[in-house]
Amino acid sequence: MNIAERLLKQDKRAAARLITMIENDDQEAVNIISKLYNYTGKARIIGITGPPGAGKSTLTDKLAKNLRRAGKTVGIIAIDPTSPFTGGSILGDRVRMTDLYTDPGIFIRSMGTRGHLGGLSKATLGATKVLDIYGFDYIFIETVGVGQSEVDIVKAADTVLMVMVPGLGDDIQAIKAGIMEIGDIFVINKADRDGADRTKVEIEMMLDFNHSEWRPPVTKVVAIENEGIDELIDNIEEHRNYMETSGGFIERRTKNLQAEIIDLTQQRLMKRLLGNEENQAEIRGLAERAVNRELDPYRISDALLKKML
Amino acid sequence: MSRPIRVLVAKPGLDGHDRGAKVIARALRDAGMEVIYTGLRQTPEQIVNAAIQEDVDVVAMSILSGAHNHLLPKVVELLKQENVYDEMLVIGGGVIPDEDIPFLKEKGLAEIFTPGTPTQVTIDFIKSNLKRA
Repeated sequence: MNIAERLLKQDKRAAARLITMIENDDQEAVNIISKLYNYTGKARIIGITGPPGAGKSTLTDKLAKNLRRAGKTVGIIAIDPTSPFTGGSILGDRVRMTDLYTDPGIFIRSMGTRGHLGGLSKATLGATKVLDIYGFDYIFIETVGVGQSEVDIVKAADTVLMVMVPGLGDDIQAIKAGIMEIGDIFVINKADRDGADRTKVEIEMMLDFNHSEWRPPVTKVVAIENEGIDELIDNIEEHRNYMETSGGFIERRTKNLQAEIIDLTQQRLMKRLLGNEENQAEIRGLAERAVNRELDPYRISDALLKKML
Repeated sequence: MSRPIRVLVAKPGLDGHDRGAKVIARALRDAGMEVIYTGLRQTPEQIVNAAIQEDVDVVAMSILSGAHNHLLPKVVELLKQENVYDEMLVIGGGVIPDEDIPFLKEKGLAEIFTPGTPTQVTIDFIKSNLKRA
């Protein structure tokens, strides 16, 4: 049996190896996923994002356990930052999920960002497709701890959970652009701490300004104590029902695929431009002529584009 | 190798001393590797499942409880059963007496790094002994 057949037969080694190949830009893996593309689209993709230390991994663990009790299978992609200095990383999200390690209905894969900004890794979408083809009912994508601008998760997920903790700012923080705009559901974790109710009020006030039809619920949980998890699962189901009945689901996936197509094409263009030494040397030569003011960068870029296309 | 080396740092058995594991994890990170840390009190089954899903190049186990002669070979046995041993370098470290090292190597551990070993030694060993490209 080849690796594609093994993936369809739910062989975890095959899934793991394909994800590795995707991460390493292996064309064979891309061809396999391309061929098996019709098997994707069934899994519900849930994004879990929020600042570092908010409890994303612990929450993922509890949500996965809840879904397992309901007989669902869950694939988890957990992303942590790669060092911009050494290229190495500590992928420490699965530490919070050790109960799930031997559950046959669970698959956990840790990924480093490997230089990619935006909260995900370049291979996250590919890895998600592998798990979708495998047949998981749900796929959780846990982003790195995000600041205010890393919003790529919205391009990958059907439902985005924005996990916050009490006391991280005031009402002005809550209305700033960026991550506060991408939550379909807001989770206040560690809600047993001081300020949880205040934080909830501030988020609700921010949401009062929204114009969209879907009003994100703001749910308090204490993930480590397994409190509030059932309510959160209900929120996820409500969002799913809303998206399906309103047509928003297809619209969102279409938009996301649009972004993915553009992104993939961009990556391949860049690879073609910079992927060989001849081109690199030529650009270096052109740069030297620009330093001497013989040519300007805009004309140089025009010429390069013309050549490539 | 242009891709990062992926290493599973695992703590089998019941000891709660993770400083060594964290020191090695940090050193491997600084050497450009992707380190997946399993957490404490792992069974061999948990370690092997994680190794498979993470498709690691190296399984590095830290154990200080004295149960190494049982647990470390058990992990190797399961990796072999799952047909992944041929692609994963298995190493160990922690409080392991010198006289136990030959037995462990015979059971499939490539090397044991006892306390005091400079982390660079471990890093160099990994880089020179990977089982896959």
